[in-house]
Amino acid sequence: MLDKFERTVIGVALLVSALFIFSLLYAMGAKKGDVTECLPYDKSYEDARVNQVDKNTYQIFYVARMWNFEPSVVYIPVGSEVDFFVTSKDVVHGFDISEKNVNLMGVQGAVAKTTVKFDKPGVYKITCHEFCGTGHQNMQAEVIVNYPTK
Amino acid sequence: MHISKPIRNIILIELFVPVLLLTIGIYHGLMQVIYRAGVIHQSSFAKLDYYQGLTLHGVINAIVLTTFFAVAFGHATVAFHLKREPNYKASMLSLCLMVGGTLMAAWAMLAGKASVLYTFYAPLKAHPLFYLGTALLIVGSWVAFFDWVTIYLKWKKDNREVNTPLAVLGTLINFTIWFVCTLAVAYEVLVLLIPWSMGWTPTVNVSLTRTLFWFFGHALVYFWLLPAYIMFYTILPKVAGGKLYSELAGRIAFFVFLLLSIPIGVHHQFGDPAIGRGIKLTQGILTFGVAIPSFITAFTIAASLEYAGRKRGAKGLWNWVWKLPFFDKNVYLFGYLINGLILFIFGGLTGLVNASYSLNNVIHNTAWVPGHFHLTVAGPVFLAILGMSIFMTSQLTGKKIFLPKINTIVPYLWTVGVLIFSTGLMWGGLLGEPRRTNLGLTYLNPESELYNPYWVITTMLGLAGGGIMFTAGLLYFVVFFGTFFSKRTAEPVIDFPVSEVYHTEKRIPIFDTFRPWLIAMAIILFMAYLPAIMDTLNNNRKGAPPYLPTDPAPVISTSEKK
Repeated sequence: MLDKFERTVIGVALLVSALFIFSLLYAMGAKKGDVTECLPYDKSYEDARVNQVDKNTYQIFYVARMWNFEPSVVYIPVGSEVDFFVTSKDVVHGFDISEKNVNLMGVQGAVAKTTVKFDKPGVYKITCHEFCGTGHQNMQAEVIVNYPTK
Repeated sequence: MHISKPIRNIILIELFVPVLLLTIGIYHGLMQVIYRAGVIHQSSFAKLDYYQGLTLHGVINAIVLTTFFAVAFGHATVAFHLKREPNYKASMLSLCLMVGGTLMAAWAMLAGKASVLYTFYAPLKAHPLFYLGTALLIVGSWVAFFDWVTIYLKWKKDNREVNTPLAVLGTLINFTIWFVCTLAVAYEVLVLLIPWSMGWTPTVNVSLTRTLFWFFGHALVYFWLLPAYIMFYTILPKVAGGKLYSELAGRIAFFVFLLLSIPIGVHHQFGDPAIGRGIKLTQGILTFGVAIPSFITAFTIAASLEYAGRKRGAKGLWNWVWKLPFFDKNVYLFGYLINGLILFIFGGLTGLVNASYSLNNVIHNTAWVPGHFHLTVAGPVFLAILGMSIFMTSQLTGKKIFLPKINTIVPYLWTVGVLIFSTGLMWGGLLGEPRRTNLGLTYLNPESELYNPYWVITTMLGLAGGGIMFTAGLLYFVVFFGTFFSKRTAEPVIDFPVSEVYHTEKRIPIFDTFRPWLIAMAIILFMAYLPAIMDTLNNNRKGAPPYLPTDPAPVISTSEKK
């Protein structure tokens, strides 16, 4: 059978894995880091638009297609909380806002959703990070976060 | 052991064909880093498009080479350890299917009719022969596997009380995983994609095809890896001059792989819509379960190597490391395998990052991911294939190794290259550099308004590392083809080094039987994948027509045109 050292090693490996799993659950719960919500799809998501829900809350409905995002530029004030909805009208696209760890896939017939708060002003690039055909490397959009004009 | 000429030739063809194609694969590897670093700002070079080259690179290196090698190594392993040759007709059929399929897919890719990358995500459409060719390659590998199963069953009948040799057990487990996972991709390709690409069915459910692909896609990486694991357990301790610390540990590791290799594929789809969070989290956590056998392996092999070092006269705590035969050209396999193991430490740990659910948001589909998997598939997997392909070629042809000193340094040069390359890619990934993108046209082109200066240094590191990898690859080709075409000096044989076991171990029947493990595997698979498949069917509400990579308008089938 397994000797003392091997049993110890298996024990340690299990403990290390448990620690990793605990960390990912902690990140999920306490830090609210989560993956896309799973929503049922309907046609209304194919309509690209920006919705202001209240003063600091926005919903942006993105439609990805070969080879651009719609809306391609969105202005929002600092401190806004934004729900991103992403779908595709053709092939699979990626939707990555690296600075905010927004990382979604745009899939035809389905919709991805995540929520982020923008505390700092800046130009946040949305990069398509899934190969979507010969124009893939041109596919970028912007969320511009600035102070509201007073 | 002597092997009859027809079987010998089949194995040699199964080594020669993929290595020949690998020259194309590695050339495109070099081209990727050149385009990406912005050295050239072109969509194609020498009449081959970037994405066409990326498709060739992925399909040849990760599917053709690995599958052919697994079959060739499996033939030799089963024959050598069970002392029974594979059936000639079955092996020949398997070879013909694999070569035929590969030629079809290669034609489609080289003709530019299948620039859809090796994941061939619908609704990008490739030429039907690309799908059919890949399917035939896979079916060909099944045929070889079925033959080994009959050999094994016959052998087991005569040897009820004898432990199945670890290498054979590993081979059978590996191909069981392969058979089960490829059923999903076979369904995707044959039932969903081929009729759709022919225009017979108008649309496919994209979420479903992606989920079926990743049912296969993650188990695929274990199918690449397990031949290397077989070598780590049964060959590495011997060539290091020691013994295998524990054979039972190897058996446990292989059976855990059997249970957990497949039901974790959804961790590639954390960013996908239409799949519930619960099943994503579940499969993410199961991925940590499949890390356990790798932890066990790391310990067992390290202990085996320490024993080897001490047998070579090492004293003190760490001195054994330096006593190992790193540059001994007589045991060059040691260099190939140990470098792979070292790379796999980083490959495994970065893989755990990928599996960590919301942490995956940081790196999903960025350059981090190829940075990670070049530390696995271009680490232990590729190095084991290189070393063993030279070993088997030399033995099965009875020829001496061409330039043995060069052969000894290839794995070290490769490892230095991969470490630099992956550092660049992973760093870039953390800065949002996308994978699978011709960066040279826009993001790394100072003329473009999308230019991103942060990715200059990361892609330059990728270029430097990639250049070193390419050089190591060239040296390997010189050794491989040099050996292949030199003069025969000895009788052709197959004689693997076989590690003795350090502990004498009693045979434990549960670790030498398949049935209970297969049942457990089926139950886990069912529970892990039923919710994911149901989610894609329920939540993806619209089928997608086919698209060519060059055209934003869908391909209209001929029936609709009328």
